Amino acid sequence: MKTLILAAALLAALPAAAQTTAGRNLAAPCAICHGTEGRPAVSESPLIPLAGLPRDHIATQMRAFRDGKRPATVMHQIAKGYNDAQIDAIAAWYAAQRR
Amino acid sequence: MNKFERRDFLKLGAAAAALAAAGCAGTSYKARVVVVGGGFGGATAAKYLRLWDPAIEVLLVERANVFTSCPISNLVLGGFAKMDDIRQGYDGLRRHGVQLVNDEVTAVDAAKKTVRLERGGDLSYDRLIVSPGIDFNFGEIQGYEPAMQSGRVLHAWKAGSQTIDLRRQLEQMRDGGVYVLSIPLAPYRCPPGPYERASVIAEYFKRSKPRSKVLVLDANPDVTSKAGLFKAAWKDLYPGILEYRGANKAIAVDAATMTVKLEVEDVKGDVLNVVPPHRAGDVAMKSGLITTNNRWCDVDWRSMESKAAPGVHVLGDATLSAPAMPKSASMANNHAKIAAAAIVELLGGRTPEPLQILNTCYSFVSQKEAIRVSSVHAWDDKERTLKAVPGSGGISAARTEAEGTFAWNWARTIWADSLG
Repeated sequence: MKTLILAAALLAALPAAAQTTAGRNLAAPCAICHGTEGRPAVSESPLIPLAGLPRDHIATQMRAFRDGKRPATVMHQIAKGYNDAQIDAIAAWYAAQRR
Repeated sequence: MNKFERRDFLKLGAAAAALAAAGCAGTSYKARVVVVGGGFGGATAAKYLRLWDPAIEVLLVERANVFTSCPISNLVLGGFAKMDDIRQGYDGLRRHGVQLVNDEVTAVDAAKKTVRLERGGDLSYDRLIVSPGIDFNFGEIQGYEPAMQSGRVLHAWKAGSQTIDLRRQLEQMRDGGVYVLSIPLAPYRCPPGPYERASVIAEYFKRSKPRSKVLVLDANPDVTSKAGLFKAAWKDLYPGILEYRGANKAIAVDAATMTVKLEVEDVKGDVLNVVPPHRAGDVAMKSGLITTNNRWCDVDWRSMESKAAPGVHVLGDATLSAPAMPKSASMANNHAKIAAAAIVELLGGRTPEPLQILNTCYSFVSQKEAIRVSSVHAWDDKERTLKAVPGSGGISAARTEAEGTFAWNWARTIWADSLG
């Protein structure tokens, strides 16, 4: 928990450009399933576009996956790799992308 | 200027002229990155460098005109996908401003920061990315190279002409024949790949030539990835068709008698698919980037920079894998993002921050059903490597058609994320 708070404090203390870069870097690996910058590459994609989704919605869903409150085929296992500060950074970055 | 240098100077002039003709003249860039190899790692790195800093000039050196994907190539072998499904051109990267150089790198001079091209002289760089994929240690299996050259023993472990040839052999095999798949000791490209291949070929036999057999000879003591899920699928779907033998290492092949020699016995087959042990691709060897066991390239996982050559970043299957990190397309694509982010920072005079990355690999166990493994990898400052985040990752609960749908989505999406 201490680490989480520290990570959150560190992330929040970064200047805006660095925060954006941190969010971008955390989100970039997700593109293998969710598409570059959160825009699905496949017209019949079973995944909803993350780009431009409300920030709170993304963060809430990630926490629900992580905490086992929303069933999933894969996201319950992946979300467990991210702390609250990282989830907030990912959510903020995707929310700021054009749809 | 001696004769050798003059010739190189002229070649470099020709390469520069070709780039100018490609519409790049007059653009001023702050730095040039050369990327060697247009697979999942190299293509992704080229694209993301342009996305994240358009002031960087990016040249991608690739010998092939089209990309051919290993993921989904097993479905081609099973007859459930076509070669066209796994191939695409490089126009997507051109749209991002990546300059394609259709050539092969023969040497790297990390001190002078140049790469030598087989056809077109030298290219200078500020940062170099090498994403060489794998090549094979054929010598570890006696008789392999002549057997492969005769066309009677194939690996098909790089998607392309051998994929087509192996599919043809499977189609031509008599009903009642034996397809032998020999798997090398880990680490090798795509840990679950051989078991997926055995599964989808067993499905093909079950439908089209039901008296035939799939015989898996694994040098490893047991299935190296998603073992429980694969074994359950084999028991339920392919009883009497698929036989798995662990700790069965191939030491020789004989094309004349269609025999795979193991340490304790000889095994005959009608189609011999023997996958030799791997190492980092030839270009890594020629460039002096191999650091470990004469096989793999060790890197700084914060930047993918080579431990052997400063200013050179190595990606993908060629790397000395971090703990619990598979040699996979997902990982190569993610390595590329580490390198791209680090290079943007370094060229901007800043210190790169480590990235947290993730792996997801789907495997088909039949035409439509798939299983999955995932992991999340974060920088560990004490151990100076990327490590799996405790509590994260895992495998599918069961094989399902829904996972098959996600598998196709993953494939199409990672192709687009890497090349589109």
